[in-house]
Amino acid sequence: MFEVVAFYLFAALTIVMFVITVTSKNALYAMSSLAAGMIFISAFFFLLDADFLGVVQIIVYSGAVMALYAFAMMFMDTTKEVKENNPPKKIVFFLSGMIALLLVLILLTPIISDKVKALYPMSDEIGNTEAVGIVLFTKYLVPFEVAAIMLLVAMIAGIILASKRMDESITLKIDQEIEQKGAE
Amino acid sequence: MITLTHYLVLSAILFSIALVGVLRRKNLLMLFFATEIALNAINIAFAAISKYYGDLTGQMFAFFVIAIAASEVAVGLGLLIIWYKRRGTIDLDSLQTMHG
Repeated sequence: MFEVVAFYLFAALTIVMFVITVTSKNALYAMSSLAAGMIFISAFFFLLDADFLGVVQIIVYSGAVMALYAFAMMFMDTTKEVKENNPPKKIVFFLSGMIALLLVLILLTPIISDKVKALYPMSDEIGNTEAVGIVLFTKYLVPFEVAAIMLLVAMIAGIILASKRMDESITLKIDQEIEQKGAE
Repeated sequence: MITLTHYLVLSAILFSIALVGVLRRKNLLMLFFATEIALNAINIAFAAISKYYGDLTGQMFAFFVIAIAASEVAVGLGLLIIWYKRRGTIDLDSLQTMHG
């Protein structure tokens, strides 16, 4: 009973928050509702016995990612309206709904065939966090290290793109000056 | 009783919302938000399948999806800031520099 109530409550909250994110004209409202939606999504992870994933969701999304967005919005004038010359709404809703349905069907086809076996079964003896640690540092060690290198590369790229040599180079110069420098 | 289908339908609804956002909005920041929503919708599906098949692989994939989302935001926002400094706008239509 508790699970049913929690599922429908958080499903409704998440959908409302993300609809606000997608439809809001103001970027600040959109970001706030996105952060709220991320926290509500972590509730699903707790309901699904994926405790560690829920904690990571809260820390990474509402901690790191939202802070990044907030910093990025300080660089821009987000109060300025972006012109939205939208196509007729019905067609977009219909097409995106159908595409999403198609994607779900394509991805679910192998699972429906009931040939799925648990590769790394969960056990009741140890907690979720321990089980995640055991699988992550044995079977998924190489992808884990590759993900670490990818995050390092992304961090360096973010620092260089956003901050390095703000007074010259690619950031403040107009196109002609950059082309002149390239011709020299 | 909540079954796997409930979670998958929820995931599909959230993914549809994200898809509508990607298709409709002209603000580049909104496209990033919509991408985050899409990745989160997929994460719910991964975690639900992981639970109902008693397999941890789904959760592992969700972790890697979160890592990819974090790096995507870092690089994407850096590029977005440069674009804003050069053009003074984050309108998607301003990216069309090659049209004839």
